[in-house]
Amino acid sequence: MFFNALFFQLGYNATLVTIGATLLGVAAGVTGTFLFFRKRALVSDAISHATLPGVALAFIVMVSLGLDGRNLPGLLFGSAVTAALGLFLVQWLSTRTRLTEDAAIGAVLSVFFGFGIVLLTVIQTMSSGRQAGLEGFLLGSTAGMLFADAILIAAGGLLAVALVYLFRRPMTMVAFDREFARASGVNLDRTDLIMMALVMGVTVIGLKVVGLILIVALLIIPPAAARFWSDRAEIVVLMAGAIGGLSGWIGAAISASAPNLPTGPIIVLVAFAGFALSMVLAPRRGLVSSAVNQWRFRRGVHIRQGLVSLAQGQPIYEPLTLRLLAREGLARADGVPTDEGKARAARVLRDEKRWEVARSDPALEMAAARYDGLTQIEDVLTEDQISVLDSRIGPPQEVPS
Amino acid sequence: MVNVELKVAGEEAEIQERDQLSQSPFAIRGLTVSYDQKPAVFSVDATFEKGRMTAIVGPNGAGKSTLLKAALGIVTPLSGQTTMHGLPLSEQMHRIAYVPQRASVDWDFPVRVIDVVLMGLYRKVGLLGRIAGTDRKRALQCLERVGMTDFATRQIGQLSGGQQQRVFLARALAQDADLYVLDEPFAGVDAATETAIIDVLKELRAEGRTIVSVHHDLSTVEDYFDNVLLLNVRKVSEGPVAEAFTDELLQAAYGGKLATAQAGALPAAI
Repeated sequence: MFFNALFFQLGYNATLVTIGATLLGVAAGVTGTFLFFRKRALVSDAISHATLPGVALAFIVMVSLGLDGRNLPGLLFGSAVTAALGLFLVQWLSTRTRLTEDAAIGAVLSVFFGFGIVLLTVIQTMSSGRQAGLEGFLLGSTAGMLFADAILIAAGGLLAVALVYLFRRPMTMVAFDREFARASGVNLDRTDLIMMALVMGVTVIGLKVVGLILIVALLIIPPAAARFWSDRAEIVVLMAGAIGGLSGWIGAAISASAPNLPTGPIIVLVAFAGFALSMVLAPRRGLVSSAVNQWRFRRGVHIRQGLVSLAQGQPIYEPLTLRLLAREGLARADGVPTDEGKARAARVLRDEKRWEVARSDPALEMAAARYDGLTQIEDVLTEDQISVLDSRIGPPQEVPS
Repeated sequence: MVNVELKVAGEEAEIQERDQLSQSPFAIRGLTVSYDQKPAVFSVDATFEKGRMTAIVGPNGAGKSTLLKAALGIVTPLSGQTTMHGLPLSEQMHRIAYVPQRASVDWDFPVRVIDVVLMGLYRKVGLLGRIAGTDRKRALQCLERVGMTDFATRQIGQLSGGQQQRVFLARALAQDADLYVLDEPFAGVDAATETAIIDVLKELRAEGRTIVSVHHDLSTVEDYFDNVLLLNVRKVSEGPVAEAFTDELLQAAYGGKLATAQAGALPAAI
């Protein structure tokens, strides 16, 4: 079942939902990355909660005009209007009053959401309201998704991705270094506005699939996961898009392959699984990798310090150092160096001496900046440079036994 | 008779002012900036000379950084204008390179050193222009000038303060500007970086570019700079170091805040 859903063989509706969710995931991941870079993740939560009264008001207006109250473009338009109002209020409160942004977010989010819930209750009492199904916008509801709905999500998602591509440079500069961006002629307010408008757009098209309560997860989890994989903004953006897209695809397939599994929450859980895997397994920044590196570094420092002590004939008291030296066959358990230990110790001492000279020479200042206590000087300087250093140190020294 | 003379004198002053403005790559007129109704910079006029290095000096809270930020439009001034050769600065931003204070940057941001330098070229390549191989080569040359080539692929946050400052200078070099504006480039950097930075700034000056820098170390003003703008919310003095950086003027700018140790570090000649 699951694999059928994954490869679009589970019927028309499931296929529409899966494609829509995948594209939404890509758009949300890519757009959310800049929100994540700007450290404004929670503003999107205020925006998404502020969509609810708009959905309800749009329904009421359409019904009172004698139209179909469930028309998706109409509902989404309404949601965009109140979302924009919510965003404007957050901005206004945090720049024009003494309130900080988190307080402004809390105030706007809860008030708009509360108002939206009141309106939903009012709609329940309207004669045409019973079948409205507007609660579906809270957590997403993909049953009965129409072809036109899928097209709307796809077109909106593609537009968002295209706009992110267009504005990636100013948005990157503003997130990294506002003052430099401004001095380079970037309009800060306009760039922030574009970013928030993109987030708003993704939120609105995501209402149908993921719902307003969980869309923030799809905006933030993919970039948070992607950040573990790379130190380059471009790659983080691409990875976030990929993680978001995969989450949408796999999540929609899982929910289609079993009865009564809600699409939006499943997508978010899949995204979280991607985050957890990234956090643990990512090379260099992942938990496993950094623990291994940390241990290697610690081991390297202990051995090196131990060897320096041996070379200078000083006793070693640190038990870990002794154990490591013994395990490497460099010293006996009581701290007496082996022949190999003596040879290594002499080399380490020489390396330390070379570094000492290199670091006091202003001409080698650039190379000296790479001193970290472990890097061998041979990896940093050329042979010629080293022989110049050696001529200043004098002949090699015996290691006392 | 008296009236005519006054009128002539007025015209002469106006012509002189226009000449000054058209010759200066960076001229500030009547700049006032306030934070919460407390002026940080009050009605400052300053005319920076082309091809010279000018230090902006003054006590903490004197509005040195604020003056520059407001002049460049990074913060909005209450009043005043800035011109480059008589033209509004806002239309000449492509000829200016700005090196911000290190504190204003997000050091966790995922960029490598080379990417930071390439940001100096964004304005040239535009929104969609491709970063070509020649641009990369240029960025590496700029890193070479500040001695940071070996660090090109490091994440910016992994560098020391001095190294970060050099990368920022490399980014400014990539902008190939006529006017270099720096905000405390020597704050918290090691001695080797200080030397590297001042050498590059002197090269820029030799190429006829103009340098304006906020500077806090009174003992090096005379060695590094040609001109001084002494500031304490209002302008205290402006001109060549020998004239504008005297003991009396410093006392006027710093009031009692000038520690005797700092004053003692000043060359006896001035």
